[in-house]
Amino acid sequence: MSLKTPLGRVLGLGAAGTGVGHWWQQRVTAAALALLGLWFVIALIGLETATRAAVVDWIGSPLNAALLALLVLTAAWHSLLGTQVIVEDYVDGAGKVILLVLLQFVHVAAAAVGVMAILRVAIGGQ
Amino acid sequence: MAAGNRPLSPHLQIYRPQLTTVLSISHRFAGMALTAGLLLLVYWLASVARGEAAYRDAMAVLGSLPVKFLLFLGTLAFFYHLANGIRHLAWDCGWGFEIRQVYASGWTVVAVTLVLTLLTWALLLAGGGA
Repeated sequence: MSLKTPLGRVLGLGAAGTGVGHWWQQRVTAAALALLGLWFVIALIGLETATRAAVVDWIGSPLNAALLALLVLTAAWHSLLGTQVIVEDYVDGAGKVILLVLLQFVHVAAAAVGVMAILRVAIGGQ
Repeated sequence: MAAGNRPLSPHLQIYRPQLTTVLSISHRFAGMALTAGLLLLVYWLASVARGEAAYRDAMAVLGSLPVKFLLFLGTLAFFYHLANGIRHLAWDCGWGFEIRQVYASGWTVVAVTLVLTLLTWALLLAGGGA
């Protein structure tokens, strides 16, 4: 028989202690994306996407560039958290670890390429 | 822990689909579709940055009929995940857990999704932006 308390026995095992942070970040990014996502869809409806010049002009506005960068970053973060949970729910063993690392790579890369593209158009022009 | 003789929950294959369960798993599928949508958004943004020729190529891909259909499904996933996400946030606040409320909010989500998706594409096609 162990004299350790129930809390002492589980501390340090599994995700104990970090789950709340994940859960909360998922909610906060969700609230942000509700606003950013709606903004983007409405903007897209009014945008003349057939001509690149119109899109460049649109991203050239600092407000649009900032909101677009926030959209890409927040969506990547929210998507990483969500797909991570799906993989943890349905995949086991080594495949789980490989998929989780892959998801991190893909999302960080998407965020980097997206923000870089926005900055280049917004600051570099043309 | 031995999994041997413990009773198992009903298997999905023989469990009659209900609005609640269908909407629940749809939230995950829509989320995964939107992950693909994020990559598509980044692809589009990169094409803007890379110049005129790259943008024309990207728009040719995005404007082709099969991809256009995928974008329509993507819009459906976007509005569904948005509406059902707000439903989830309400639950997180402890609101709407009565079974009648769960069904009412569920059907509301379905209606809002369909209306906003069709409205968006009507506006896109009317503006010639699609």
